[in-house]
Amino acid sequence: MRSAFSCTGMHGAKKQLRGFRAFAVQISGRRVRGAKLNGALLHNLLLFGRVLRKLGLDINPGRMMDLISALDHIEIGRKSDFFYSARTLLVHEREDLPLFDEAFELFWRKPAESWNVEWQGLSRRRKRPGPIITPPALKEEAPQTNGSKSTSSQVMTVIEVTRTYSDRELLRHKNFAEMNAEETEAVKQLMLHLLWQVSERRTRRLRPGKGQRIDLRRTLRRSLRSEGEIFRWSYREPKRKPRPLIVIADISGSMERYTRLLLQFIYGMKAALSQPVEAFLFSTRLTRITRPLQIRDLDLALENVGQLVNDWAGGTRIGESLKIFNFEWGRRVLGRGAVVLMISDGWDRGDPELLKREMARLKQNCHRLIWLNPLLGAPNYEPLTRGIQAALPHIDDFLPVHNLASLEDLASRLAELK
Amino acid sequence: MRERRYIAERGLATSLYLALKLGRPLFLEGEAGVGKTEVAKILAALLDTDLIRLQCYEGLDVHHAVYEWNYTRQMMHIRLLEARGERTNEAELFGEEFLLRRPLLQAIEQSRQKPPVLLIDEIDRSDEEFEAFLLEVLSDFQITIPEIGTIKTQNPPVVIITSNRTREVHDALKRRCLYYWIDYPSFEKELEIVQTQLPQAPMQLARQITGFIQALREMDLYKLPGVAETLDWTTALVTLDQQALDPVIVDETLGAVLKYQDDIEKVQGQQARLILERVKAEAG
Repeated sequence: MRSAFSCTGMHGAKKQLRGFRAFAVQISGRRVRGAKLNGALLHNLLLFGRVLRKLGLDINPGRMMDLISALDHIEIGRKSDFFYSARTLLVHEREDLPLFDEAFELFWRKPAESWNVEWQGLSRRRKRPGPIITPPALKEEAPQTNGSKSTSSQVMTVIEVTRTYSDRELLRHKNFAEMNAEETEAVKQLMLHLLWQVSERRTRRLRPGKGQRIDLRRTLRRSLRSEGEIFRWSYREPKRKPRPLIVIADISGSMERYTRLLLQFIYGMKAALSQPVEAFLFSTRLTRITRPLQIRDLDLALENVGQLVNDWAGGTRIGESLKIFNFEWGRRVLGRGAVVLMISDGWDRGDPELLKREMARLKQNCHRLIWLNPLLGAPNYEPLTRGIQAALPHIDDFLPVHNLASLEDLASRLAELK
Repeated sequence: MRERRYIAERGLATSLYLALKLGRPLFLEGEAGVGKTEVAKILAALLDTDLIRLQCYEGLDVHHAVYEWNYTRQMMHIRLLEARGERTNEAELFGEEFLLRRPLLQAIEQSRQKPPVLLIDEIDRSDEEFEAFLLEVLSDFQITIPEIGTIKTQNPPVVIITSNRTREVHDALKRRCLYYWIDYPSFEKELEIVQTQLPQAPMQLARQITGFIQALREMDLYKLPGVAETLDWTTALVTLDQQALDPVIVDETLGAVLKYQDDIEKVQGQQARLILERVKAEAG
């Protein structure tokens, strides 16, 4: 039994041990019932928890305690039982299952030398942002922020002081693609102050109010004051909630000039809205970036997005990316009257028939489908590309997204949607 | 579990076992039709206890999940007292005889004798408000009714929560539970399921159907068929007295397996014939 679980990878990770030794003491202090637990196994178990946490899994001391007490109930010599127990207790996202399986395999079976190497490969594959062991280098095309936070706040004060009203007006209408670094920075700051709001829908939850439904509970309660005589009926009305928002943005080569500011725009929107906002990027494949966008710090969030996406400025396959969205995510994030924002210039190199079909499917499953096109800002632009032609019949709104003014328009339109 | 005609993976069995031992809820996720709800039913039968089911929907509130007062009876009671010239006593009016017990309250009350299995089905259909409330109930298994007091239990019910992932359930709730993802079964497992559930199906037919469905799951379809569809289809073909699959009958009955027109169009005809040939070749 001991040989099956003794971890030879410990030498390489001795440093990590130090940090959570306190936790081990805490556990033994609490008199864990795990009589079968010898010191070495406990250490390995805790180390394993550490490893999983570093991989980005949501592991906390409570979970580890659960696992230790679970060992009381299973035959620990039987590897598959131990494996399934650890899995059911420590993982609670389907996406994390393969990662856990590999980590388990590596941790409990491989000798030390290969452990470190494969381990790094594993850490690169992790899906969600978290403490990083070997951060991969940022891609060149990834959004990079000019300077640190202190300079950006300096810039902001400069803008506030020097920019006059007309300057700001000019900036509002300037095309994102034609901006220099200073203007980009200024717009970035102005973007943070946009007021985002998406219209509400009636949910099926009722609350006391002036609706159509009689509230018998309150009616009866009130009638008791008058010896059970009902003088006034109480009513209930549907509760209202803002609609969920889904953003699917094109980051292919032709969109490159806009990508950086659009990402900030998506980030700002997610930060400002209280309802669920899901965000996806695509050029040749689809990447969900909802999780990194939750990070509070803008620069850090964008850096994490940069690491996650590996087809920056690639080709465009709108139809295929949408298909992946519809098949894998549609059922999970659409619904509840969601509003979908599709951001793309419509230069599609894929099959227009496929795009048409998937647009139709998307339209069927959401409340409102809005296509934002940066090219629409140009006065002489006509939507003639095959991609746009295929998609147009299924779009509710076709709007420009090339300058600050267009974003403001979008904001007011979202707030007024039915 | 096999006795009860449910074919479980080892991992699922381990999860169930631990859920029972640790007294934690088990959170089951998986595509539609892989037998999530079935797990709770079988478990109740195995433990020889009641199954209390709470079907979730948007707007599910305390009045439908926990308790409600029987207003009609209360009003009748007031009228009756009035007729007798007596005054209404509020404490009496909100007594246990006017209480309608909904699933969560039932589960907690019954647990005092013998813990039932509480199935909270399709939690993804409910909303955040209900999720938050559920979290509270699951953490200490007590319910407070202002007019009566707090009802609690020492031995909590066995809780099974299922989700189809039409919405992400909040992490806080998942963290309280053991988690298990039910996958589509392998060919051997699925054949076993068909044979135990529908022993009257001819062996050849069962093999072909299972093979066909397994092949469909590898295709690029919008909605893959679940085990429920396999069983439905087998039942349909047994009713039609089929001994084996042939292209015509497949085309005619494909609606039992695929539920989207796009998918049916894709498979019907040529594609179905190809799969059928392959399945028959494999089955020998």
